Amino acid sequence: MNWYGIKAIYVHEMERFKRTLFQSLASPIITTSLYFVVFGSAIGSRITEIDGINYGSYIVPGMIMLTILTQSISNASFAFYFPRFTNTIYEILAAPLSSFEIVLGFVGAAASKSLIIGCVIILTANFFVDVRIDHPFLMMFFLILTSITFALFGFIIGMYAEGFEGLQIIPILVITPLVFLGGSFYSINMLPEFWQKISLLNPVLYLISGFRYSFYEVSDVSLFTSTLTIFTILISCIIFITYTFSKGYKIKD
Amino acid sequence: MKNILEIENLTKFYNKSFKALENINLNIKEGEIFALLGPNGAGKSTLINSICGIVNFNTGTIKINDMDIIKNYRSTRKITGIVPQELNLETFETVWNNVNYTRGLFGKKPDHKYIEKLLRQLSLWDKKDNKIKELSGGMKRRVLIAKALSHQPKLLFLDEPTASVDVELRKDMWDVVKKLNKDGVTIILTTHYIEEAEELSDRVAVINEGKIILIDEKDKLIKKLGEKTIKIELIQPIDKINGNLSKYNFTLEQSNSVLSHTYNLSSNITDITELLNDVKKDGYKIKDVSMEQSSLEQIFVKLIKENNNELVRN
Repeated sequence: MNWYGIKAIYVHEMERFKRTLFQSLASPIITTSLYFVVFGSAIGSRITEIDGINYGSYIVPGMIMLTILTQSISNASFAFYFPRFTNTIYEILAAPLSSFEIVLGFVGAAASKSLIIGCVIILTANFFVDVRIDHPFLMMFFLILTSITFALFGFIIGMYAEGFEGLQIIPILVITPLVFLGGSFYSINMLPEFWQKISLLNPVLYLISGFRYSFYEVSDVSLFTSTLTIFTILISCIIFITYTFSKGYKIKD
Repeated sequence: MKNILEIENLTKFYNKSFKALENINLNIKEGEIFALLGPNGAGKSTLINSICGIVNFNTGTIKINDMDIIKNYRSTRKITGIVPQELNLETFETVWNNVNYTRGLFGKKPDHKYIEKLLRQLSLWDKKDNKIKELSGGMKRRVLIAKALSHQPKLLFLDEPTASVDVELRKDMWDVVKKLNKDGVTIILTTHYIEEAEELSDRVAVINEGKIILIDEKDKLIKKLGEKTIKIELIQPIDKINGNLSKYNFTLEQSNSVLSHTYNLSSNITDITELLNDVKKDGYKIKDVSMEQSSLEQIFVKLIKENNNELVRN
């Protein structure tokens, strides 16, 4: 293993995060605070408890998941697309690094940034609502696994994007709607039966449900299904990246 | 001298149809400076990028230090450095971070003393804390060289190292290249500045339309394909060439007052003393004599022209 190489990529990416620390943290904190003000206080005060949980507290896991998913994708996609855009990718490709090591450096850094932001969101949420974490290890397990999985997904976007606009399409048109429709702000039991069945096709529902279970022991689907879903997405991303690297498509052609 | 790089039957297609490299065979000896000449789009950068692992190639084998670059990519890449043609740098990073980053990528543990020495050698030490965006084009080019040397490679590829730099800086770069070579680094450079190849290289290859059309030692190439022209300026113009001079294939230039004779450097058939004696015997008075030798550039243009004509004929 080229540990120095992995470290170089990881540190290089984290340095970028440090340089833009204020923007990196301010944006998710402000957005989350606004969600809590609007949904937690203004609208939430008129909504009764869901599964015995105060509405403001109920939406915390969904809020964190929304931030983790979008941040992991945007961090990883930008991190890999930027050297492609500036053509500095040449030195990564010319270095004695395997595709696994390259991915480990970039995805590791993107996931780390997301984890930091996720933890900051949990702290921020505490200022607005009571946050209870019944299973902290399970919560960290979901947090880490989701960060890694969606950083891998972001890496794929970074490999295929043709421009900076391309980096935004999937997060805006696919991920955000899936998170909003995946039970971030409600339980699918509140939906009519037909829409409940449709919601079950949304993979993000399983992530939010599992993550919420780690907080309040309430979930829309079983913990096993949630875990299986996250591993399925993770493995799919790994297979896709491995295939793309082996063919060199978009990178070495 | 042992071969540090061996390329056999290398072929590279872009988009499955455009043949960028065709059946390239090339050996580079350890310690030499090798120049790869060719017009834009000839395949020079593609060849370098294939060797360095930046692009995939379709068929053939490439060995560095007797090791296949695909099977033993870790070992071969560790001893290879590349300076790209474009100024590809992270503009918001400092010189120091940029160079140390590359060293890390190539699997070497941090060595601040070596990096300091390198930056001093390249006159970059004063700029170590400057961001790349604050540097001039020439300085950026030096940073690229520092990055390529940060992991102490044995084989260095310079892709158009002096493209769009001024004459003074170009001379500085040549000194850097010569110094590196003296320190034992094998250098392969692509250029379309012929005087660069003429100044630096031991051997030259000419590549056109993805094919190597000629490889030879620079001096031999000039001797083999070069021509010399002797120009004899006469005091009085003449009407036509006759007498003893008719055997020399002279042409008359500049209002018939200059006799011009071109001969191949390899032929050795022209005896200049005899030629001048014949001019004297025929009663012509000489005002001035000058000699012109074809440069590598003229040889290169001639070769490419001939190769393109051949491609059109085929």
